[in-house]
Amino acid sequence: MYKSYGKLQVLRGVSVELEKGKVISIIGPNGAGKTTMSKCILGMVLPDSGDIKMNGESVLKKHAYRSQIGYMPQIGKYPENMKIRQVIEMVRDIRKEDAVDEELIGLYRLEEMYDKRMGSLSGGTKQKVSAAIAFLFDPEVLILDEPTAGLDPISAEILKGKILKEKKKGKLVLITSHVMSEIEEVADEILCLVDGNVMFYETISDLKAQTQETRLSRAVAKIMKEGRVL
Amino acid sequence: MNKIIKYVLYDIVRSKIVVAYTLFLLLLSIGLFNLGGSADKGLLSLLNLVLLTVPLISIVFATTHFYNSYEFMELLVSQPIRRSKIFLSEYLGVSLSLSAAFLIGVGIPVLLFAPGATGLYLVLTGVFITFIFVALAFLASVITRDKAKGIGIALMLWFYFALIYDGIVLFILYSFGDYPLEYATLALTALNPVDLGRVMVLLNLDVSAMMGYTGALYKSIFGSGWGVGIAFLILVLWVLVPLLISRRAFIKRDL
Repeated sequence: MYKSYGKLQVLRGVSVELEKGKVISIIGPNGAGKTTMSKCILGMVLPDSGDIKMNGESVLKKHAYRSQIGYMPQIGKYPENMKIRQVIEMVRDIRKEDAVDEELIGLYRLEEMYDKRMGSLSGGTKQKVSAAIAFLFDPEVLILDEPTAGLDPISAEILKGKILKEKKKGKLVLITSHVMSEIEEVADEILCLVDGNVMFYETISDLKAQTQETRLSRAVAKIMKEGRVL
Repeated sequence: MNKIIKYVLYDIVRSKIVVAYTLFLLLLSIGLFNLGGSADKGLLSLLNLVLLTVPLISIVFATTHFYNSYEFMELLVSQPIRRSKIFLSEYLGVSLSLSAAFLIGVGIPVLLFAPGATGLYLVLTGVFITFIFVALAFLASVITRDKAKGIGIALMLWFYFALIYDGIVLFILYSFGDYPLEYATLALTALNPVDLGRVMVLLNLDVSAMMGYTGALYKSIFGSGWGVGIAFLILVLWVLVPLLISRRAFIKRDL
């Protein structure tokens, strides 16, 4: 995949294959193209060249495949004068599916706040709504863009538990994050983007073995340093 | 599609601007009909005010609405819906609600005070102008991400079609007054939907007698059935061309 915004090249030939049943964490410095990559998969950003395939079929210029994806944006933006209930009902209405998985709505006690307007919610509560919507339709693929940023520790714990549960069901979960300890808890593999290129794509245990470090953050730091020299 | 239009309409009705717009048009029409005396006079004044205010309110309202529903569209784009569906639903939601306001605010008074072909032309023109200027507004909003710039472009478009264009036409007529310009003016009229609407309504009033030879030519063209048909066809083109260009741009843009 290639993508540039004007002169700024964000993705310069990213080519990866992601398998289901795994939690893959996309890491990299700010502006490395993590969000752009996930938005490309969702069709929100259109790549300049290259292709995105899901189950062997190209998804470019298509829309039906998105019913298999649950997306939790980095910063959830919602129509300000809609209530939580209306937003959830609208998404449900548009998807024409009955909600299958209301677990997060229950765990986050969103029902108690159903009549609050989206504009009056705190950043963390908006994140909870985003998370609940992402998991609502039991999708095959989950794309979570910095899911725990802004969530309180208890809510973050709930979300991590949910991610692991979905992984066991054989789903593909993509997470972009900066918090290494958190990645270590939930992820199997790490995809590192630097300046729009794939720097490495390895399992966490391989990374640790290669660098002979026990902590993921140190292992990653070591590779990044060596990478700069190369 | 209907589902999305439902949510767009819900959002518009809640903002109450459309309700205020309806009341404004209603007051304007009833006031003008009671002021003038003859129904024709009332229609003429109403025509001039409608051709000035309807494009302005349509284009400004539609532009601000587009930027304000950015979040709504972003939410929908990540769902399994075609982008063109989202765009057209937004368009129809805005233009249908503004047209409904116009039909209530101007259509009903016209029906009460001046029923007839001229009134019908006035109402039809107003509805077309609404659809055209909402399409132009969406075009302006798709071109730029910056809300202030978008509204600026929208206002420039209104300024051009409502005021500057007539100045240019007058200038051309004045400078080339020695040449036969009847067909040229006809073409120039077609290039501005506001003028096209004005001419169509005017020719159904008796005032066209004062318009000289050009008026007679217009009358011979717009008086016939196929002439009116072509005029409406041009108005339809004025809706479709900006709408399709902006739809294309919306599908290809990054959100």
